[in-house]
Amino acid sequence: MKKFLTAILFVPLLAFGAGAELHLDRAPDKATDKAALQNGAKIFVNYCLNCHSASYMRYNRLSEIGLSDAQIKDNLLFTAEKVGEPMMIAMKRDDAKVWFGAAPPDLTVIARARASAFGSGADWLYTYLRTFYRDESRPTGWNNVVYENVGMPHALWELQGDQIMGEDHKLKLVKPGKLKPQEYDAMVGDLVAYLTYMGEPVAEFRKQLGVIVLIFLAVIFVFAYALKREYWKDIH
Amino acid sequence: MSKINAILKGTLDWVDERFPLTSNWKAHLSEYYAPKNFNFWYFFGSLAMLVLVIQIVTGIFLTMHFKPDASLNAAGVPVAFASVEYIMRDVPWGWLIRYMHSTGASAFFLVVYLHMFRGMLYGSYRKPRELIWIFGIIIFLALMAEAFFGYLLPWGQMSFWGAQVIVNLFSAIPLIGPDLSIWLRGDYVVGDATLNRFFAFHVVAVPMVLLGLVAAHIIALHEVGSNNPDGIEIKKKKDANGIPLDGIPFHPYYSVKDIVGVIVFLMVFSVVVFFMPEGGGYFLEYNNFFPADPLVTPPHIAPVWYFTPYYSLLRAVTYPLFGIDAKFWGVVAMGAGTLIFAFLPWLDRSPVKSIRYRGPLTKWLLSIWVVGFFILGFLGTKDPSYQFFGFIPGAPVAQLLSVYYFLFFLTMPIWSSLDRCKPEPDRVTMK
Repeated sequence: MKKFLTAILFVPLLAFGAGAELHLDRAPDKATDKAALQNGAKIFVNYCLNCHSASYMRYNRLSEIGLSDAQIKDNLLFTAEKVGEPMMIAMKRDDAKVWFGAAPPDLTVIARARASAFGSGADWLYTYLRTFYRDESRPTGWNNVVYENVGMPHALWELQGDQIMGEDHKLKLVKPGKLKPQEYDAMVGDLVAYLTYMGEPVAEFRKQLGVIVLIFLAVIFVFAYALKREYWKDIH
Repeated sequence: MSKINAILKGTLDWVDERFPLTSNWKAHLSEYYAPKNFNFWYFFGSLAMLVLVIQIVTGIFLTMHFKPDASLNAAGVPVAFASVEYIMRDVPWGWLIRYMHSTGASAFFLVVYLHMFRGMLYGSYRKPRELIWIFGIIIFLALMAEAFFGYLLPWGQMSFWGAQVIVNLFSAIPLIGPDLSIWLRGDYVVGDATLNRFFAFHVVAVPMVLLGLVAAHIIALHEVGSNNPDGIEIKKKKDANGIPLDGIPFHPYYSVKDIVGVIVFLMVFSVVVFFMPEGGGYFLEYNNFFPADPLVTPPHIAPVWYFTPYYSLLRAVTYPLFGIDAKFWGVVAMGAGTLIFAFLPWLDRSPVKSIRYRGPLTKWLLSIWVVGFFILGFLGTKDPSYQFFGFIPGAPVAQLLSVYYFLFFLTMPIWSSLDRCKPEPDRVTMK
């Protein structure tokens, strides 16, 4: 009976799958790569933080990825006075609405919001930032494979160059940018790593602490179980 | 040493003359005789109490920084949503408190579902425990209300649209529906008024009701005594002192045993909190990391996993009846799906209580019901157009299983009395 019950509980699991597919490229895992995270932070501040805020992220939190207050102040602090301030932007939301159709969203937790059954939020962003293509039917002149009819123009086009959508539904690079394709992918990988970090800065510490907590509970378990055995030895 | 003991005893006597401390300790712990054959399934009652405490304590600390405010801050983000991220980032250990609370919500339903299933397995709802069971069902309903109100508070897209969908359901009630839903929201759309009243219900009203009901649940339990996996009454066989032969004092026996259960539970709980707080999008839905936006409807609105079986019941009803919208009957089906548990004490006519001594008919029908409940829950997370293996449409499967869900209960008086049961033992068995 027990085996039957357990077996039957797993039946629904077999039924997973199916549905509309969204193909996402896997983002490289650079969660502990400080140099990549710092490069990502630099790109974020230079290319994204003009239109998008990251209003829950304070500049001085970047000390966690190895930057000193002085380094932050000298290299990254364009829109704020003090390192303790959050990453805000000067652009007014009402203006942005007129210019882009919708105000650019705050990006602090975008890497968490974009996760889905098709892949992690990092995968989505990694694919999204590499699949802009020229589309003259759009107001900005740009379209995107992952986010159809997106309001955002290709902010990194100088680096990637121009892609077009071919007849075979594949993207072609028709005008190279400042970076070679591999360099561009690596750079986007850094940026996505930073966005992932910013989505949950505590994530790495959380996992480290989790290991300690589990070891602690395992030790307590040994004593608790021994205590139970001792009390229950006379109960038959 | 004896002097210290004398002082302690004097203090205890002083208290006992004014408050029934020792007598309550005895009645509920050291001289509350529980059957000695409790198995795995009997951990979940005490675990539900543990989770209740976790939720209350973490909840208190969350209210210290959470702001139930739907207005937009300088960055254009709703204040409530931003305050949750403030807790996650700027409040020391705020992330841990918040993840414990969000994981605790799912853990609460998990242990309560297992606790209820235990009752169904061993007939714990049968006479004389009908009131314990009914209090339990009301706790379950209060818990659903608590979870629903709480889910709006982070003010993300799923919070907003989930509340919108559920409150709109009330508008399907004939005559009073539309006014009722406005009254519930306090506005024509889910807005700041809704957020504030849901906050009030979530942190004050429902928790008070829950605590009162839990007290009633336990008082009723300790009045009649616990059932056990054999489904027989240990109070029928007592020794010369009137103590059940198969009973052991709850403290220390079950207190030390439950501590083991608590630690195992905390290990599972910690795995989620520290390594997968989003629970694969089932505990914290990904879409809820977008702030609520009344102008953007998400392509797919799914409730959190613990509501999905009932959500499937709701969606399964697609026919209008008596000239009233199908949506209304869906709401009726969802409500009936949760309330029908309360009638189990009178629906079950089996001569024995425990699954151990019941016949193959009960075992099969209950197993199919459990599988159906899981599949309904799975389909509730999916779009109605979902197809199993890409070709078996989910919607009719959900309808079929919904019918089975209710038929299982409604025909129980017949099949439970027809089943070939085995004889119950005189004394409990230690398996």
